[in-house]
Amino acid sequence: MLIAVILGFIFALCVPFFTRFFKKTIPFLYSLLPLSLFIYFFQFLGKIKNQGHVLFKYEWVPSIGIDLSFRLDGLSLLFAFMITGIGALVFIYTIYYLKGHEYLDRFYGYLSMFMASMLGVVLSDNLMTMFIFWELTSISSYFLIGFNNEDPASRKSALTALSITGLGGLVMLSGIILLQAVGGSYSFTELLNSSEAIKDSSAYGWIISLLFVGAFTKSAQFPFHFWLPGAMKAPTPVSTYLHSATMVKAGIYLLARFTPLLGDTFWWNGTLVTVGSVTMVYAAIHSVLRVDLKSILAYSTISALGILVFLIGIGTEKALLAAGIFILAHALYKAALFLITGIIDHETGSRDVTKLAGLQRVMMPVAIAGFLAALSSAGVPFLLGFISKEVMYEATLQFGDWAIILTALAVSTKILLLVAGFWAGIRPFTGNLPSEFEKAKLPSPLLWVPPLLLGILSLGFGAFPSLIGQSLIQPVFSSMSGTDTVVQLKLWHGFNLVLLLSIFTLVTGGVLFWFLKPSAELFQKTLRFELISPQNIIEGGSKMFGSFAGTWTRFFQNGYLRNYVITILAFLTLLMAYRLFWGVNIYIDWNQISPVSHYEIIVVALMIISILFAISTNSRTISIVALGVIGFANCLFFLFYSAPDLAMTQFSIDSLTVLLFMLVLVKLPKNKSFSSNIMKFRDAMLSLLFGTLIAILTLVVFEEPSTKEVSKYFAENAYVLAKGRNVVNVILVDYRGFDTMVEIVVLVIAAVGVYSLMKLDLNPSKKEL
Amino acid sequence: MKSLIFKTASAYLLPLLLLFSIFILLRGHYLPGGGFVGGLMASIAFLVHSFAFGLKETQNIIKINPGFLMPIGLVLAVGAAIAPFFVDAPILTGLWFEGPFRFIGMVGSALFFDIGVYLVVIGATLTIMFSITDTV
Repeated sequence: MLIAVILGFIFALCVPFFTRFFKKTIPFLYSLLPLSLFIYFFQFLGKIKNQGHVLFKYEWVPSIGIDLSFRLDGLSLLFAFMITGIGALVFIYTIYYLKGHEYLDRFYGYLSMFMASMLGVVLSDNLMTMFIFWELTSISSYFLIGFNNEDPASRKSALTALSITGLGGLVMLSGIILLQAVGGSYSFTELLNSSEAIKDSSAYGWIISLLFVGAFTKSAQFPFHFWLPGAMKAPTPVSTYLHSATMVKAGIYLLARFTPLLGDTFWWNGTLVTVGSVTMVYAAIHSVLRVDLKSILAYSTISALGILVFLIGIGTEKALLAAGIFILAHALYKAALFLITGIIDHETGSRDVTKLAGLQRVMMPVAIAGFLAALSSAGVPFLLGFISKEVMYEATLQFGDWAIILTALAVSTKILLLVAGFWAGIRPFTGNLPSEFEKAKLPSPLLWVPPLLLGILSLGFGAFPSLIGQSLIQPVFSSMSGTDTVVQLKLWHGFNLVLLLSIFTLVTGGVLFWFLKPSAELFQKTLRFELISPQNIIEGGSKMFGSFAGTWTRFFQNGYLRNYVITILAFLTLLMAYRLFWGVNIYIDWNQISPVSHYEIIVVALMIISILFAISTNSRTISIVALGVIGFANCLFFLFYSAPDLAMTQFSIDSLTVLLFMLVLVKLPKNKSFSSNIMKFRDAMLSLLFGTLIAILTLVVFEEPSTKEVSKYFAENAYVLAKGRNVVNVILVDYRGFDTMVEIVVLVIAAVGVYSLMKLDLNPSKKEL
Repeated sequence: MKSLIFKTASAYLLPLLLLFSIFILLRGHYLPGGGFVGGLMASIAFLVHSFAFGLKETQNIIKINPGFLMPIGLVLAVGAAIAPFFVDAPILTGLWFEGPFRFIGMVGSALFFDIGVYLVVIGATLTIMFSITDTV
């Protein structure tokens, strides 16, 4: 199992080596990968049906509870089938679709990487591992959306998708960590046992909100939906695979997965139903306002994802069953429609639904596939879409007080989606062939067999629901609902309200399709509302955040040394003043302080005079020398209080400082007075305050009882243990030798830094002038 | 600097200060002093010389780029630190020769460590100072 999951990563890593030796065969070789994985997962079908789920455990980081454990149950098996099955078709389709593309090999590398990450998401039992795979899907999606890397719009869309889904993933990570803190494990299987405790805990609200953000961003729910239409910049196989069949359903997978664990509470159901219904109606309306085929499909995909969230939110057994069937039905027909759009685009060079017509004359098999897919999306009897729609209406009708509103929402969404589906799957294949598309011809079977196969599957599963009823849908339903209820899939549900609603949907949708024509003018009109669209608001918000950060940084990091010093000192002063004023009982015992001798008075007087000189003089040299005098006077104090080592070091440092200042300052132009009187006053006040506070602090520190044990230990043992009489030096080279070693390393780094900064010439051309 | 007195004085000061810095370095284990202060003094000696005669003259006297002193010093210090490892003692243990050497006194790993510090300090200070002087 581990090998099955990571095989895609291995294949992706091998691309650079394969490219060198047998570039031409890469597409064929790599298409075998999803195909063989599909067969591998197929053999689990019977086992899952009998056992419920299978666990595989591989240790990874046991110390923090992260391992590579995989859980294969109905839900993950359904997703694994979609990932590898549709994956296989997409891999084959791409062979011809991107034939001769310069970076075809790279494309297969990205696709394999994506497939492996997606398998990881749906199979991981450990939530931390799932998160890692989850983010890997975002990253591989970034590469795939931005595959046409010379197109700025493509790069921008890729970045938008990455930032939205990546950010959502991080939010989800905090939800997972919180879940682990409450439930005590990262393993989903283990968490299932403490479901009640988690629901009762105070963190429950946080956990589900954080997980919701992750799921909604990934599955393009309102208001995060806008990255998905942008992602249509990717080549069509990518849109098919990632942005309709698999990756965008990862959020749905997450919600379905957590339903038995966290579901069936007011907040869970309420949030999901609200967000789901807003998304499905909003996106369905948008889908019939577009004229670009891929845009229509993108919005109808968002709408379908909304329906899934809505169904999971309703949360009854019927609703979960409907969601399970709809995941499969949608993947089959939407992938087919995307592949067909790709064929049309490839052969005619246009995706404009207002122009395309009559293509059935040149590409009949594609037209059949389109018809089947569109009919399934509409929910015409004998197609899988019909069964999912029936069960869905049953679920909404059973929802107590809200039944009428929810059913109305579902029916209107379905009607609009029917129109969108017909536009994409039927409209290009009716009427007369316009002269501009006369050169179009039937492409290689590599292109048209995959969508046709998907269409036939829709028909087969729809006409004979028993094919998948017990073997696949039953385990999916059991793992989502956590119950043992036996499900029955039937074509004929009897003559009842549900059937009436179905007929109403089909008739109204058909009439709308007949009268409503896609029009570019209508689409132009909707652009007026662009100002209040979520995309605009969120992008504007991030821009504002960026400019705020800029202003903030420029205010504090303005590049003037004097302002840095003022900021630091003012902050320190405020902090210390606050603490001293409220937190510390200031008491100074004057008796403890040693008497002042006359030479101390002389030295202090010397210091004060030099300070006055330093701040009043106009000559730089004088102020430097005055500062030097202050430093040397300081050394004298160290000597008075018996710290000769310190005095010596301070003396050398001061000499060096004065020398360095002299070196630099003599080269500067004559000093001028730049500061106004107010600035001088401000600086003086700040320095006085700071100095006073430091003095008080020092006196207060002296009042604290101090232990002399450490210094006593050093004094007694310096000669015995380290054969030295100078305790300071023994500490430096022996007791704290390691510190000194690191310090000299730091010194070297500083020297190298200064050297390279000084020699760095950012503007070489200037030198020549 | 054109002052003749300063020039003449610094010509004599350089060797004297260097000797003094070595003296400070060696006595460090028993009396005030040590590698760090010694290194600073040696750098001051070279810096004063460069004030009087210009950077070129001083660099001619030193012969090598002072930057090379940094790795040499680091190797010496690290070597002194890990030397005990080879005699099965924890690193940074003080190892000492039996009996004092003439003029120098007791010699042990701590002294080599201190010499390393001395060289690194000279190297780093002179690199910083010379690159600033050179650029301004």
